[in-house]
Amino acid sequence: MAAERNIRSAGVGGGLTNAFPGQAAADEVLAAAQVELVGGDDILAKRPLGALFWFALVWVALVAILAIIANWLPLPNPNHQNYAAINASPGIHHILGTDDLGRDLLSRIIFGARVSLVVGFASVAIGIVIGGTLGLISGFKGGRLDIALNAGSFVILAFPAIVAVIAIVAFWGQTLAKITIIIGVGTIPIMFRVVRASSLAFVNRDFVIAARTLGATSTRIVFREILPNVIPAAVSFGLITVAGVIVLEGSLAFLGLSVALPTPSWGNLISEGTANGNLSINPYILMWPALAMFLLLLSINLIGDRLRQRFDIREGLL
Amino acid sequence: MLSYLLKRLAQLVVVAFIISVLVFLLVHLLPGDPTVSILGGNVTAANRQILLHELGLNTPLYHQYWIWLIHALHGNLGQSYLTHETVGHVIATGFPIDVELIIISQVVAFAVAIPVALITSRRPNRPLDNIATTGTFGLLALPPFLIAPILVAIFAVGLHWFPATGYVPFSQNPASNLHDMILPGLALTAGSIAVYYRLLRSDLIMTLQEDFITMARSKGLSNRRIMMRQAFRPSTFSLLAVAGVNIGALLAGTFIVEYLFAMDGLGYSIVQAVQQRDYLLVQGIALVVAIAYVVLQFIIDFLFTVVDPRVTRE
Repeated sequence: MAAERNIRSAGVGGGLTNAFPGQAAADEVLAAAQVELVGGDDILAKRPLGALFWFALVWVALVAILAIIANWLPLPNPNHQNYAAINASPGIHHILGTDDLGRDLLSRIIFGARVSLVVGFASVAIGIVIGGTLGLISGFKGGRLDIALNAGSFVILAFPAIVAVIAIVAFWGQTLAKITIIIGVGTIPIMFRVVRASSLAFVNRDFVIAARTLGATSTRIVFREILPNVIPAAVSFGLITVAGVIVLEGSLAFLGLSVALPTPSWGNLISEGTANGNLSINPYILMWPALAMFLLLLSINLIGDRLRQRFDIREGLL
Repeated sequence: MLSYLLKRLAQLVVVAFIISVLVFLLVHLLPGDPTVSILGGNVTAANRQILLHELGLNTPLYHQYWIWLIHALHGNLGQSYLTHETVGHVIATGFPIDVELIIISQVVAFAVAIPVALITSRRPNRPLDNIATTGTFGLLALPPFLIAPILVAIFAVGLHWFPATGYVPFSQNPASNLHDMILPGLALTAGSIAVYYRLLRSDLIMTLQEDFITMARSKGLSNRRIMMRQAFRPSTFSLLAVAGVNIGALLAGTFIVEYLFAMDGLGYSIVQAVQQRDYLLVQGIALVVAIAYVVLQFIIDFLFTVVDPRVTRE
């Protein structure tokens, strides 16, 4: 408990006296996240993962598996327009019904899941690998490098990200790979700050000092001593960022800046569901993808949160 | 305290300036320029050059920025290349809409999050707390573009309580303007409720384990008094900071709601302007957003000194 308090007061005190305004706030988010991650966990510690956690895991796994094997499933082409069955209600031929162009909704949702999942997980993977490495080095080395990287990450985070994403997507192109890279680069400063903040908490711990006294190289200390302790925070915070990125893809879709139509993505599907009066004519077009996305976001957030609690128990046992 | 606040203000102004420069560079350095949107089908190399010259876009970037900044300091933000509306006018009509949306969403968020956190944090992990905490996961999974159509489907299309899109300007009829703003405001509030509740709850749980709370209990103070007078204030630090970040993000982040409800707030205006490379409009709105961000952070810093006067030391 005392240690957790320290994290918070370090965040607050350190932040407010730092050279970069608003850094207090950014630090606070991290400190708060850390507090929240441990907040009252001595009370929560013995709690099992719970049925909700397993439902969440099953849902994410189901969506992922369906998205991977979509090509081999007995589904109609997601872009095939069947004018004989426009706005069909859910039934035997079309399990979830069809949209205003007669396209099968189930097929579009399963193929669309690919976009949400790839954009969500791949872009955060970019952020974790690059931002995490920088954060580890920055937190371990300290000094000018740390000040420079920290300042840079703060300025980038204060920048209205959506303006940058829109401008870059609009000129560079709307393919899945490009959107993933653009958003992935945007998650670098977030993951940098998370990993830096949590590696700072370990740099002066006894086991690190012991390793150093034993003559361990910097590389060994960073990868063998600090990295394993930082991974839980990176993974759980990364999962929450995945949810945020999936939302961002949805927002881009409303601006016509997600993957180019008619390729289905959940954002594109939800956007189509609200367009052309579909809301009153055929609410299923909106309802199914909205439900799918709601459950996916709920599941990812739940898994991330429960993992944080789990990881902290282990940390407490060390 | 005053010198502390002045120092913070100076820092914030520097950041606002850096952001305004970065926005300028971003829209100017990316390929593409407004001539394509303006000329439409008449794009020829010669026409483009004439137009670039007329708009002053063929001079070096630092020169363009300097000209723009000097005019901006005199209160002249120029006009849109496409609609020829003055940027000042776009901002004057758009900004109040964003402010109103943000105020409604934040008032609702605090009005829900604070009382619920005060109630559930007293007995963590009891059924009530579990329901509320699980509920916040649901709220977190409802971004504006998911919840807005649902609200519209239920309350506008179904029950006809609110209009599906559009609004009456505040100057025309404040009451019906407020009425029209409720659905869009609510669409923005779900995430804020969840974040504020979770933060305040965990901070309250920690504060309630402090010695001074035990002291207050042993003095026989009522639970209500302990929660309101003793525990609440020291637990609001992270809440304030995160509220600052969150509201700051909403400043340009209301565009989806504005798009769905057909409102011409700044959030959607800047998104459109970026897509059309309407440089002066992008720069003007970005400047206003940056300044609003500075003012907001400054207010938060001031509130910090009220909640915990110790921050001004050092």
